Amino acid sequence: MIAPAGVFPVKEMPREGRRTASPLLWSLGMAAVVPAATPIGYLIWTVVRPGGFDAGGFSAERLLGLLAATTLLTATVTVTTAVLGLATAWITTRTDLPGARIWSTLVTLPLVIPSYVGAMTMLAASGNNGMISQVLGALGLPTLPVFQGFWAAWAALSLWNFSFVHLLTVPVLRRLDPALEEASRGLGAGRWRTVGSIVLPQLRPALASSSLLVALYVISEFGAVSMLRYETFTRAIYTQFGGRPDPTPALFLAGLLVIGALFVVLVQQRARGKVALYSNRPSRSVTTVRLGRWGRAGAVGFLGALVTLALAIPMATLAWWAVRGLALGNSPLSVLPHAMRSLSVSAVAAIVIVVAAIPVSILAVRFPGKRSRALESTAWLTYSLPHLAIGLGFLVLSVRIARPIYQTLVLLVIAYLAMFLPQAMASLEAGLRRIGPHLEEASRSLGVGGWPTLRRVTIPLIRRSVLAGAALVFLSVMKELPATLLLRPTEFDTLAVRIWGATSELFYTQASFASLTLIAVSFVPLYLFVARDLHQ
Amino acid sequence: MRRTLVFLSVLGVVLASCGDTGGSGTTSTPPPGSTSDSAAQESTTTAGAPVDDLIVYSGRNENFVSPVVDAFTEATGIEVSVRYGDGTSDLAATLLNEGDTTDADVFWAQDPAWIGVIGDEGLLADLGTDILELVSDAYRDADGRWVGITARSRVLVYNPDLVSEDELPQSVSELTQPEWNGRLGIAPGNASFIAFVSAMELVEGPESTLAWLEGIASNGVRTYDGNGAIVDAVIAGDLDAGLVNHYYLLQRMADQGEVSARNHFFAPGDTGALVMATGAGVLAPSDNQEAANEFIRHLLSSESQEHFSATLFEYGLIDGAPTPEGQLPLSELAGPDINLSDLADHLDTSVDLIAQAGLS
Repeated sequence: MIAPAGVFPVKEMPREGRRTASPLLWSLGMAAVVPAATPIGYLIWTVVRPGGFDAGGFSAERLLGLLAATTLLTATVTVTTAVLGLATAWITTRTDLPGARIWSTLVTLPLVIPSYVGAMTMLAASGNNGMISQVLGALGLPTLPVFQGFWAAWAALSLWNFSFVHLLTVPVLRRLDPALEEASRGLGAGRWRTVGSIVLPQLRPALASSSLLVALYVISEFGAVSMLRYETFTRAIYTQFGGRPDPTPALFLAGLLVIGALFVVLVQQRARGKVALYSNRPSRSVTTVRLGRWGRAGAVGFLGALVTLALAIPMATLAWWAVRGLALGNSPLSVLPHAMRSLSVSAVAAIVIVVAAIPVSILAVRFPGKRSRALESTAWLTYSLPHLAIGLGFLVLSVRIARPIYQTLVLLVIAYLAMFLPQAMASLEAGLRRIGPHLEEASRSLGVGGWPTLRRVTIPLIRRSVLAGAALVFLSVMKELPATLLLRPTEFDTLAVRIWGATSELFYTQASFASLTLIAVSFVPLYLFVARDLHQ
Repeated sequence: MRRTLVFLSVLGVVLASCGDTGGSGTTSTPPPGSTSDSAAQESTTTAGAPVDDLIVYSGRNENFVSPVVDAFTEATGIEVSVRYGDGTSDLAATLLNEGDTTDADVFWAQDPAWIGVIGDEGLLADLGTDILELVSDAYRDADGRWVGITARSRVLVYNPDLVSEDELPQSVSELTQPEWNGRLGIAPGNASFIAFVSAMELVEGPESTLAWLEGIASNGVRTYDGNGAIVDAVIAGDLDAGLVNHYYLLQRMADQGEVSARNHFFAPGDTGALVMATGAGVLAPSDNQEAANEFIRHLLSSESQEHFSATLFEYGLIDGAPTPEGQLPLSELAGPDINLSDLADHLDTSVDLIAQAGLS
């Protein structure tokens, strides 16, 4: 039933008479996307009202300038993370580098560092008074300039996001069937041609998903970009929100942003390709490239530099602040209640969101078509929105039509579902694309119903993708701030809220306790469910 | 799968132990002898009784607020839940949306314009004269809906290694001159900066305000995330000078000792010398008016006022409130001749002007 070659190129377009999804699946999929559609609906409703076309004093040139700045940052960070993530994935799966698994775990860890914390440590390390500058100064070397502007924002967002690409491409690289590459080489194709025509096409869906995660995140990012003084469209939206009582101009600008994001989503759906490549577990493990002595040194140097910049420097800075605070008699225990709240709400949200993502992902992968693409795109569009706009949408609606859940954890989790569904989808879809529909079809042909097939065949096969998706969502919820501030129950202050409260008045000690706790708590699921599984 | 089960059961324990959301991390631990479960039960029941529980929306930072709140609870036995915002504007947006259905009893804003917006919306109750008269009429609402708790002055923070004394401007209008090219920092999204722009609009009108904003924009002004970032850049010598509130530098000095930065006050009457109140008011829909008024009286008690001056380095506003160490007394500060209650109407136009000048 299953051909020995691991890869089946299958035209994805549904043929006439092919089986269609059950109404139940459609209802579940649509229900999962309703929260994501809510803020977009609110945006549209605000903008089409009389007086809704209000750019808040921005000239067209200024808006174009901000749009260009956002585009530049998005494009450069997306390309950089793709290159870095592919490089780390390839080195840790396809070479004989010693300690590859440890390296692979280390390069996923930057995901636990919130980008605003990363930016804070970058600022503390640079400039005339920066910690690195002080070390350089003591050695008689010139000090570092302040990390700010485009290059700083580019570096920060690339360093703290390339792990998405690593995470989603490692499983694909591990499952590539060596027979295909050998056949290509045997037919006379060179190494690079083989990479171009055999390896990259198989990586395309994973690369497209992870790049979309990165690109839309960059579009929505505010904290780090603002601290590093790079002026983007989203930063302008936040300035409008914070500055005036009338939310219309901010929402109008957010509406323009969504149009830009729609373009990105459409490009991604095209780039993903129409050909689905299902691979079963190859009969033997992938060939490894033998690195020479210099190759090893280069690989270790590259991975070491990345880990130092993305992980070691921020952690060292935080640890330094924490030690200084401890010496002054501050107690790190004060953040324990915050840690409990963050942990509980993030875990609940992760479970809810990954379960909600299952029907959407199945529809997107197994039943491609206009309707399923619309569902997917809606979730992705909301992913690109500034979180403040999402939070405000839910605030406005829940106060008016769902007062019982206003300022409760229920509303907060619904808002997280709107914000982070695509992270779970990206992971699940990658898993579904890898296993192919054949086993499910076999199960159905043996008379097993749709629901038992899902439970007994599909979910066990994509178990790792489910756990990885849940872990990614967990991390994002831990770090989320603007919507949490707006929607949380009164006094439900999370670690992220604590970090922001402390950094906004520059209480570095408190910020460091809370940041280190957030990183420690985030590390557990990332290691257990994602990093450890990557190479098994 | 076993790992998942272990994780889920750990999670269950965590959730159970979290239980109710009560406690901001600064509240006390359960008394010895009582199990945590029964303590949680108890606090839920007290929280359920609407008469005692006070809900405060605070635009001020938890580090400054929580000691004052704890002292209030200790003195009166009234439990207080505080909702902290990211500055004042998101809480104001929350209140504007909640309208008459709000659960909040007290709004404690960081800024006179935003509390004015809430007052103009009809959401604030009139305060009694016994409270209003604790504070001079320059620092309270003309219609008696909010009262100033502390005051802060706009200043030019500068690095004395980079700016000499004779260069210091008497008026913000000088900052558009070529000698300030590339040397000035502002925080265009910050509420205090926006209030300052509103004050300029009130005094000089929108055209000349826009001209000033465009003047500093074309003079290479550097925009920052907030006042704290400006003061840190000035201390580090990465920036020459910046327009901020007076207390950021004093907080840094309390933390780091002597630093290479100074506050410069603009000449009396100049817009740059604006003195702003941080204000508090009682929400009109609150069914807890008495306790809410009691809370505001507590903020204007001499203990609280001393706390603000000693830890926030802002000016207390009641008679005999101490001047923050090393600062000019409040009586010697003189901002432009405006009424703080008039700022609320100008937020929208000020944000427009800042955007028109290309600064946001």
